Amino acid sequence: MIEADKLTKYYDKFTAIRDISFKVEKGEIVGFLGPNGAGKTTTMRILTGFLPPSSGTARVAGYDVLTESLQVRRRIGYLPENVPLYTDMKVTNYLEFVAEVKGVERGNRRHKIGEVMDKCGLAEVRRTLIGALSRGYRQRVGIAQALLNDPEVLILDEPTIGLDPKQIIEIRQLIKALAGQSTIILSTHILPEVSMICHRVIIINNGQVVAVDTPENLTAGLQSSTKLRIRVDGPVDQVGVALTHLPGVLRVVAEDETHMPACDAQAGETARSFVVESERNCDLRREVSRLIVERGWGLLELRPADMSLEEIFVRLVTKEAQEVRA
Amino acid sequence: MNVLAIFKKEFRAYFASPIAYVVLTIFALISGFFFYSLLTFFSLNSLQAAMNPALGQGLNASEWIVRPLFRDIAVTMLLLMPAATMRLFSEEKKTGTIELLFSYPIRDWELLLGKFLAALALYAAMLGISLLDVAMLGSFARLEWGLIVSGYIGLLLLGMAFLGLGILASALTENQVVAAVGAFGVLLLLWVIGWSAEAAGPTLGPILSHLSIINHYDSFAKGTIESRDVIYYLNFTLLCLFLTLRSLESKRWRG
Repeated sequence: MIEADKLTKYYDKFTAIRDISFKVEKGEIVGFLGPNGAGKTTTMRILTGFLPPSSGTARVAGYDVLTESLQVRRRIGYLPENVPLYTDMKVTNYLEFVAEVKGVERGNRRHKIGEVMDKCGLAEVRRTLIGALSRGYRQRVGIAQALLNDPEVLILDEPTIGLDPKQIIEIRQLIKALAGQSTIILSTHILPEVSMICHRVIIINNGQVVAVDTPENLTAGLQSSTKLRIRVDGPVDQVGVALTHLPGVLRVVAEDETHMPACDAQAGETARSFVVESERNCDLRREVSRLIVERGWGLLELRPADMSLEEIFVRLVTKEAQEVRA
Repeated sequence: MNVLAIFKKEFRAYFASPIAYVVLTIFALISGFFFYSLLTFFSLNSLQAAMNPALGQGLNASEWIVRPLFRDIAVTMLLLMPAATMRLFSEEKKTGTIELLFSYPIRDWELLLGKFLAALALYAAMLGISLLDVAMLGSFARLEWGLIVSGYIGLLLLGMAFLGLGILASALTENQVVAAVGAFGVLLLLWVIGWSAEAAGPTLGPILSHLSIINHYDSFAKGTIESRDVIYYLNFTLLCLFLTLRSLESKRWRG
C-alpha cells in the first residue's frame, strides 16, 4: 500500500532523511518511531505530496506521490503534526468543507459527516468554533477530517501528542478500530504507544531507518539473555549462591537497595531484589520458585524482566551514534 | 466543484472575521462622504447657474458627480483591497493549514480561482454599496446610464487587477502585513508612474503612461469601453494569477 524507495531529502545542506526505504502492506498499522528531528515528519510530508523528495520515489495506493499526486491525495487521510485547522469555522462547517473538497457526494455528505463525528465523539461540539475547542477535541476534529473520504491510507503525525492520558487512550482505541478499513502509518516518540497499537515498527534516527520489525521481535531479537526479577526474603549471600547454582543461570545480580522506597522495608531487613540472567529462551520461573520455597525463604516477587522498548530504542539509537563516530 | 467549495469557505471567512465588516463599513463611510461633498458642490454650482444661465452650460450630474465619485472610489479601493487580499494565502501559510489544504485532492488553480472569486465577491459588494448612492441620485437627477455602466465595468476590471496583485503578494509571504504593504506599494507605484509620463520625453513617456494602472481607467470614465484598456486589466490580472500559480507550484518542488 505504501512503498518508499530510497527517499532522500535535503534542506539546503542539511540532510533530513537519507535512503529511507520501507513497505507497508494493506491493512497494517505501522509505527514510525524516532527521536525529535529524526525525519518522521519529513517522510510523512513526502508521502502526502506536500514535500517533494530530493531523490527516491514513493508510491501510495499504487500511485506515485510526485507525478500522480492528485490520485494519491484522493486516497489518503492526513493528520499533520500540531493539527492546523481553521479556527474561525464551526466543526460542522469545517467538516462540510472538507467533505466537499474530498469529493464526498452531495447526497452522502450529511450521512458521512455524522458518521465520522460519531466515531470521533464530536457530536456535542458540532456547533462550536474550532478555535474554542480544547486540544483533545481539536485532535479529534483533525482525525475526523482525515476519515471523511474513507481513506485507503491514513497518515497520522503524532496523533496523541499533547493529550491527557484519558484522551490518549480514546484516540488509541479509535486508531485501533480503524485498522482493517485503512492502512495506517503513524509517527510517535512514545514507545509504549507503538507496542500497543502497531503491527510493525520502523525506527528511524538521524534520517535513516535503523530497524524494521514487529514490536515483539524487536524486543526478543535484541536480547541476548532472558532476565527474571525476583525479590526474596532471606539471607542475601545464601540466596545469591543458591540461585547461581541453578542449571541455566548465567549471572545473578543483587540489586542495590539503598534507593529503595521506604514501603519495602515492611518486608523486613533481609528482603532483597535480584536479577537472574539465564540463557535465551530459558524459562526458569518454576525452578527459582521451587528452590526458594524449599529453602524456606519468602518469595515476594517474581516477574520476567524483559527489555522494554525504551531500552531497545535507546540501544539502537546510541549504537547508531557510536558507529557514526567510529 | 472544488472552486465553489473554496469560494464558500473564503467568503464565509471574510464574514467570520472582522475584515469584511470593517472593509465594507469604511468603504460605505468614505464613498458616502465623497458622494455628499460632490453633491453639495454640484448643487452650489446649480444655484449659481440659475442666476447666471451662461454658467449652466455643461452642468450635468453624471459629469459632475458620478464621474469624480468613481475616481474617488478607485483611490479608496487602492487602500482597502490589499487588506482584503492579504490573508488569502499568508494566513494559511502562517497557521500551517496550507499543509492540510494541499493534502486534499484540489488542483492549485481551483484553489486560486476560489480564493480570487471570494475576494472579487467582496469587492463587488463594495461596489454594490456605492450603487446605492448612484441610484439615489438617479431618483431626482437625470443620469447618463451608459456612462455609469461603463464606469462600473471599468471599476470591476480595475478591482480585478488590484486583487490579482494582492493575491500574488499574499502567496509570496507568510506575513500578512508584508503582503498588504507589498501589494499597496506596488499598486501605488503603478498608479503614480503615469504622472511622470509628460516629463519623461517622447519615447519613455507613452510607455510609462501605458503602464499606469489608472490611466487605463480614463476611457471607462468617459463612457467608452476600449479594448486595449480591457485587455490591459485582464492581462494584468492573468499575469498576477499565473505568477501566483507558479509560486504555489514551486512550493512543491522547492520544498
